[in-house]
Amino acid sequence: MMGFQVVVLWSDMLIWLLVAAGIGVGVLVAKTPPLLAAWRRVGANRVGMASATVLLAFIAIGLLDSLHFRLQLDGKPGQKASYAIEVLSVLDVLAAPLRLRNEKTYSEPFATRLYAKETIDLPGGETLRDYPRLKHGGRHLGEREGEVAADAGMTAFRVGVLALLGWLALATAVSALVGRGDTVAVDASGWQKIWRGENAFAWNAVLLTLGLMLLIVVPLFWLAGQYHVFGTDKVGQDVLYQVLKSVRTGLIIGLVTTLVMLPMAVLLGIVAGYFRGWIDDMIQYIYTVLNSIPGVLLIAAAVLMMQVVIDTHPQWFSTAAERADLRLLALCFILGITSWTGLCRLLRGETLKLRELEYIQAAQAFGVSSWRIVVRHILPNLMHIVIIALVMDFSGLVLAEAVLSYVGIGVDPTMISFGTMINSARMELGREPVVWWSLAAAFTTMFILVLAANLFADAVRDAFDPRAA
Amino acid sequence: MLAYIVRRLLYAIPILIGVNLLTFALFFVVNTPDDMARMQLGVKRVTPEAIEKWKVERGYDRPLLINSAAKGLSTVTDTIFFQKSARMFVGDFGRAEDGRDIAREIGARMGPSLAIALPTFILGLFVTVSFALTLAFFRATAFDFWGVVLCVAMMSISGLFYIIGGQFLISKVWRLVPISGYADGIDAWRFLLLPVFIGVISGIGSSTRWYRTIFLEEVNKDYVRTARAKGLPETVVFFRHVLRNALIPILTGVVVVIPLLFMGSLLTESFFGVPGLGSYTIDAINAQDFAVVRSMVFIGSVLYIVGLILTDISYTVVDPRIRFE
Repeated sequence: MMGFQVVVLWSDMLIWLLVAAGIGVGVLVAKTPPLLAAWRRVGANRVGMASATVLLAFIAIGLLDSLHFRLQLDGKPGQKASYAIEVLSVLDVLAAPLRLRNEKTYSEPFATRLYAKETIDLPGGETLRDYPRLKHGGRHLGEREGEVAADAGMTAFRVGVLALLGWLALATAVSALVGRGDTVAVDASGWQKIWRGENAFAWNAVLLTLGLMLLIVVPLFWLAGQYHVFGTDKVGQDVLYQVLKSVRTGLIIGLVTTLVMLPMAVLLGIVAGYFRGWIDDMIQYIYTVLNSIPGVLLIAAAVLMMQVVIDTHPQWFSTAAERADLRLLALCFILGITSWTGLCRLLRGETLKLRELEYIQAAQAFGVSSWRIVVRHILPNLMHIVIIALVMDFSGLVLAEAVLSYVGIGVDPTMISFGTMINSARMELGREPVVWWSLAAAFTTMFILVLAANLFADAVRDAFDPRAA
Repeated sequence: MLAYIVRRLLYAIPILIGVNLLTFALFFVVNTPDDMARMQLGVKRVTPEAIEKWKVERGYDRPLLINSAAKGLSTVTDTIFFQKSARMFVGDFGRAEDGRDIAREIGARMGPSLAIALPTFILGLFVTVSFALTLAFFRATAFDFWGVVLCVAMMSISGLFYIIGGQFLISKVWRLVPISGYADGIDAWRFLLLPVFIGVISGIGSSTRWYRTIFLEEVNKDYVRTARAKGLPETVVFFRHVLRNALIPILTGVVVVIPLLFMGSLLTESFFGVPGLGSYTIDAINAQDFAVVRSMVFIGSVLYIVGLILTDISYTVVDPRIRFE
């Protein structure tokens, strides 16, 4: 048994804090009837639930990638344990075949040979210019190199059937549960109700999405053990592995940023709207100043400055992963500081409206303290704006990360993210034949993630926005 | 009206001072000039003398806010704040790392930036408003539904994809226009076609959806019902009443970005090799040229504030109900 040392990066801590906060909010929502009703409306929305299923899959990948540790190095017994400099995550272990089976350089998806010609030494002492065989991709085929399509197709089909059977079992279990749990059941089985969409929760959308995902993902990962399904990049790393690692970066940018800006936006927005007067003037002044600097430029300026701080204090970080992580977090803070103004302004306006309503005036007349009025009466009535802003911002932030990393003011260049993937792959389109797979994989995954987030955000907005009802 | 504009202009001054102080704090207090010198000189050549020389050459050897060694007025003026930050108010941005005057450089690069940004803005506005209008006209039909689906899909695609994909398909595979570059004068059109086209396409998703919402909000208002009740045909209701009223929030919403068009687009310009302000900024970021980034931050906020004032004025022009006292 190999020893290991748990490493808790700052971003890990924040992301698990976010999970805890999510559970806490869930408990709170269950106790608040209006919020519960709104979330039920989200649950009844088919598109919303289908996209939520996809999002949950991404979040699961991100969470697996947020449990970090360092492996113990082999040493003599009795010696003080030393640990590897490389920080690994649970995802790295699960995807070890992808992470470790590196080729020499580019290779196409499902290729058995390298992208570039090389001089190969023949047994007789002669040499030959040819595309060398890959070390790992399609090695099990041996001499039957031409049968990639047949082999991959057959494997995909078999595993796909297995996935389908697994899905059927799952769906049967769910339908049994649903059929039993629903007391208004007339004389339809759980299956029928799910199929016709008669449940309060959009089970049919969830199950259908899950089935589709299983059908695609399970064969893909199965084949990833034998081939490089998305190809390999310049240094021979599997692109599928990079895509998996990018998910966490995207999620952190999308989620932690909002977490960072939320307290400030909510506090300042409510205070400005509730107390008015000079406090309001001051807060308005602060956000007008921040707002008047074009976002990208403010981010650029702040990131440049942060880079100077990081470069001049190398003693702060014991591993490269920690440095990259801190830069990621700093980016979240910077994005948060530049993006809280919109929400703050919205909340201020809404608070201005709320404070004139009768029930607030009545509370003031009763002598209820301002603090209590804000917490008990104003904050709950602003929740829908906060929730809508939270989900609406996510997709924009994921897209922004890619752009910022391209400009050179994004995440650390050593950190795998959609932006760094695109940035390093973009020059390769000029090659002949074109190296397209890295770009395609990054863009497709990002598109799926952002599309799911956008659709889910729409469902949440429809359910929470009182104007839409 | 004139009094109102003057008051708005006066109101802009404290905001600009705020921006100036913020950039000053960011560029000189969070990081000392010594840190900047170390970054610029690189690891190998850092010696105390080299840092001192670098600072003297650029005028960063002064005290930050108050020069106690100087006499009279120069206790305040002979400082980094006054020399480097406060002088931006009169358009003196100092010199870039390569020794060129930043103000002159900005003036020269505004043209190419505008040449791309302005057509993109006008064409984009026309295309998205027309598309949104069509969707709103056929509201609650299959056309509307699939139109919105298309918009959501288009806004979920990364802006980088539009540029990279467009360059690859149109310039490399089809060889219709040059992949990047720029020419002065009338010859520039060949280089402008692709960036403008891509700029318009990449903006369709989110803008169309936003304008469609505005149109739909307008359609549900009472005066529209009145117009229909009078027996007006739907097309007249739509194009004479709804369109004109919905244009108010749309126009006032876009006025704020017009001055910012001068800044150009970071992404487009760097991908297409256009020598505008956007690529100037990106080059400065990559070269860690703090003086240029600082100047661009300041100019950007000046233009934004101009946009805000123009927005307020445009409100009074298009909507006579609004009077500013």
